[in-house]
Amino acid sequence: MPTNKSVSKAPITQFVNCRILRDHKLQREDLWVREGRILDPEKLFFDEEGYADQRVDCEGLIIAPGFIDVQINGGYGIDFSQATSNVRGGVALVAKKILEHGVTSFLPTLVTSPPNIYHKVGTTSTPVLSTCPFQICKPHPPGLALQAGCHLEGPFISLEKKGAHPEQYLRSFQSGGMLDLIETYGTLDNVAMVTLAPELPNSEKVVRELAQRGITVSLGHSVANLSQAEEAVQNGASFITHLFNAMLPFHHRDPGIVGLLTSDQVPQDRTVFYGMIADGIHTNSAALRIAHRAHPTGLVLVTDAITAMGLPPGRHTLGQQVIEIQGLHAYVAGTKTLSGSIATMDMCVRHFKQASGCSVEQALEAASLHPAQLLGITRCKGTLDYGADADLVLLDDAINVRATYIAGQEVWRK
Amino acid sequence: MKLIILNDYDQVGEWAAKYIRNKILRFNPGPDRFFILGLPTGGTPLGCYKKLIEFYKKGEISFKYVKTFNMDEYVGIPRDHPESYHSFMWNNLFKHIDIKSENTHILDGNAANLVEECDSFEEEIKAAGGIDLFVGGIGPDGHIAFNEPGSSLLSRTRVKTLAQDTILANARFFDGDLSKVPTMALTVGVATAMDAREVMILITGVHKAFALYKAIEEGVNHMWTVSAFQQHPQTVFVCDEDATLELRVKTVKYFQGMMHVHNKLVDPLPPN
Repeated sequence: MPTNKSVSKAPITQFVNCRILRDHKLQREDLWVREGRILDPEKLFFDEEGYADQRVDCEGLIIAPGFIDVQINGGYGIDFSQATSNVRGGVALVAKKILEHGVTSFLPTLVTSPPNIYHKVGTTSTPVLSTCPFQICKPHPPGLALQAGCHLEGPFISLEKKGAHPEQYLRSFQSGGMLDLIETYGTLDNVAMVTLAPELPNSEKVVRELAQRGITVSLGHSVANLSQAEEAVQNGASFITHLFNAMLPFHHRDPGIVGLLTSDQVPQDRTVFYGMIADGIHTNSAALRIAHRAHPTGLVLVTDAITAMGLPPGRHTLGQQVIEIQGLHAYVAGTKTLSGSIATMDMCVRHFKQASGCSVEQALEAASLHPAQLLGITRCKGTLDYGADADLVLLDDAINVRATYIAGQEVWRK
Repeated sequence: MKLIILNDYDQVGEWAAKYIRNKILRFNPGPDRFFILGLPTGGTPLGCYKKLIEFYKKGEISFKYVKTFNMDEYVGIPRDHPESYHSFMWNNLFKHIDIKSENTHILDGNAANLVEECDSFEEEIKAAGGIDLFVGGIGPDGHIAFNEPGSSLLSRTRVKTLAQDTILANARFFDGDLSKVPTMALTVGVATAMDAREVMILITGVHKAFALYKAIEEGVNHMWTVSAFQQHPQTVFVCDEDATLELRVKTVKYFQGMMHVHNKLVDPLPPN
């Protein structure tokens, strides 16, 4: 069909017979896409007298914004914290495979590592794209989920709450703060998020400086009390890394970091978001419900997936470890010690909905809108608003992923 | 005139939609003969539009060779404002059917020169060959389009200041804030609508009953501008029972008695 549009000759796709997530509701509306972005069809009609060049029949499926995973350590045998000979290739492999789970943007996460790992991996694992929110909105490599910057989880964390992080590489802000950061990480150019323990001396300056640079500061692997956590939030921290895990448990006279969910010391115009690993294993469903009910708009689903995610059941040797996969559990082989999460993002969305009893819209937003709000990229990600990037996930009513689109192009179909 | 009296709002919408469908199908439009439709906005025609969309989706009708001219549009609110008549037509009709944008005509309330905009609208109607069927509603004050009480019965498309009653009635669409309601609008004139080859007016609800009485049982009067259609050779008034509450029993019985004849106009056409 000859194009008739006065603004652009690029082809227009109209997704019909679908329900789209817009304004927090699933609505029976068509979705229009041109040049990789969501198009306003009313403007097209009246301003350009245009119409669609092709229609995609969604057969009644749900269209949601592509999921955003802000904590993923690897998968399919790839470990983002390993300095292999082909770091970029490894990250790209994961970026391709997670499309099957509906994830269209992610932050490759590096656990506590020695400086040389950060220097080698941190700078090469993400392509040239900067984490500056406005530059994320540029088109990214076709057919892959967008690597929107690294999440550096550590090494400035608490010894008591190190979890599975290697003790010998933990660090403190002994040189005053930012110097320690640059010394350790090398560069902050491709960093989107840093998890740190705010009770470490000199952390205030670091939190402020990182926040000012547009890097999300997350509190985690910490024994901070509520006041210390609140002070960090006032200095710019906006996220909690995997709530409940690797922090002091909720206590009614000092709720610790968990207390941020209902703290009255959070500045009016800001929201504290919190990551939840909703795989049914890392967090008891009752705890998940308590957090969700206390602060539903801050909940961000994360997978915290490890190298073994996506691998078939059985034994696998990953680096120095032998892991055994049984169902959704990944154990250190021969033991019942959990060695990390292997749930996929769509599994987490399904489990979250089922465990919390929330609506489909809320479950989908916890994996798309909320992480986009956390990262400050809602102008182009996490929504189906006009002008946003057309990163889409098509789902059935049971929240199974049927197809994934990046910039309006189909990149995976079941 | 034909006065079609039905039980309720839904029946009015369905009858009107079937009437329009049959008119278009009988006309048999094509690439060099378009069917020209005049269209209203507001609560009254919504049911009719829903039914037309249903007929389109069932394959009973196509709008490919239909041109539309809307009656009016507010002055000064952005075209994509949710209460603009452009938005109304897009959301309630255009986006659901196969009509081409270049075949739709809605007055531009943000035109640099409003008088020129109105004049060129009249020219466009003339260029299209005049309107085949003008569908309209009626205000509680008996107005057709925005031809408020006192509008000349010979008026053409022009800028109108809205009556206080109309502004109050519209406030509910602007968060109840009177300061947000537009005070001016562009509207086709009474004579513009009278020029159409056929006119269909939809009236539903008790609050329109007095206006209907004034329009068809009293004289032609510029205070009740819909009354002008008493002098049009082909007018159909489609209303529900509530809207007849101010009419004489004799009028109602007369037209109810003719329903079996009038209903033939909306029977499905024989396939050919």
